[in-house]
Amino acid sequence: MLREIFLLLLLGGLIFCAIATAVSKRLMKMIIIYMAYSLIMSVIWLLLESPDLGITEAAVGAGVTGVLFYLALRRIHQVDKDAADQDVSSDKNERGE
Amino acid sequence: MKKTFWQKLSAWHKGDYDFTLKTTDHVDPQIIHEYTGKEHTIQALSRKERAFSGALYNVLCVLFCLILIGVLLGAVVSLPPHGNAENPAVNEVMDRYVEEGMQETGAVNTVAGMILDYRAFDTLGESFVLFTAVCAVTILMKNTKRTAPDGTPLPMVVAPGIVDYSKDNIVKTVSRFLIPFIFVFGVYVLLNGHLSPGGGFSGGAILGSALILFSMVYGEDRAAAIFSERLIKTVVLVSLSFYAIAKSYSFFTGANHLHSIISQGIPGRILSAGLILPLNVAVGFVVCCTMYSFYMYFRRGRIQ
Repeated sequence: MLREIFLLLLLGGLIFCAIATAVSKRLMKMIIIYMAYSLIMSVIWLLLESPDLGITEAAVGAGVTGVLFYLALRRIHQVDKDAADQDVSSDKNERGE
Repeated sequence: MKKTFWQKLSAWHKGDYDFTLKTTDHVDPQIIHEYTGKEHTIQALSRKERAFSGALYNVLCVLFCLILIGVLLGAVVSLPPHGNAENPAVNEVMDRYVEEGMQETGAVNTVAGMILDYRAFDTLGESFVLFTAVCAVTILMKNTKRTAPDGTPLPMVVAPGIVDYSKDNIVKTVSRFLIPFIFVFGVYVLLNGHLSPGGGFSGGAILGSALILFSMVYGEDRAAAIFSERLIKTVVLVSLSFYAIAKSYSFFTGANHLHSIISQGIPGRILSAGLILPLNVAVGFVVCCTMYSFYMYFRRGRIQ
């Protein structure tokens, strides 16, 4: 019973994250919600008794893919538009190499 | 000059007119010059065109979503009922895997026995997909010397600066504590793939994430000093060739009913399950190097 309620909560969160990823305007926010989606998905894989997939989903979906998306956004100069206030270092340490 | 649709189409065919070069946003000409080496004059859409393309975009979006939802719901409805004994998935293959998998492959983890013994050929294909992906990323992202049409060299395009985590005390302290544990967990998942959940792909992904965290926090230069491009190439090529040769031997002996010199060992021990352990390690190395070189190519356009 408790397991079903937990699973339903997770599934609700999954649907919420999926819709929020699609409709969010800021790309940086979108990536973070997508990573949350992957994290919820990995817990669901555990509950569905496939821990193999859970481990992979947590490492790839919530870890590596998010970083790669972030770097891709950097390349097309979108993060600066999004989160100018959070940048500590500017472009200078990369440009000068 | 007002052009009819047909004139626009024929001009587009000849290459004089490109409707994709019109945009609703303001585009910085400096960025275009940096990436293409050409001076582009991108026109903004007129108000009428903008309204038309916006409406078209919305209509097509809604149509596409409705069609996709319809197809997916139709597929779900036409699935056989869950747990039915008549389902096509319930056949002798599943029984064979569950009942005799442990004796035949020597792996306690039936999933590892399936993907690295019964279906090892699929996994070889997956490893080659990753290898191909690395090749594609290398072609797209590698920084090479480029020249403009008139012969002047262009500056190398690098990803703009990322927050420098090596100056962040919280991130640095937590990572110093965490990275060894992530590495050890990755190696454990890799080596225990035939005994417990995990295996080559998961373990390699964890190791790759640990490497990415290391190079993020301690700087790419320190990571590149250890993991050179040559080392990564060698590791990936040796792993893939080892996988192909080992599995060829096992397929050859299996298909001709020859005695294989690789013994299954006692199920449950770390050195058991025949080829599964070395194959797991090979797949793990390929995945780990793939993740790491993805990160490095996206980050700075080269591994070293």
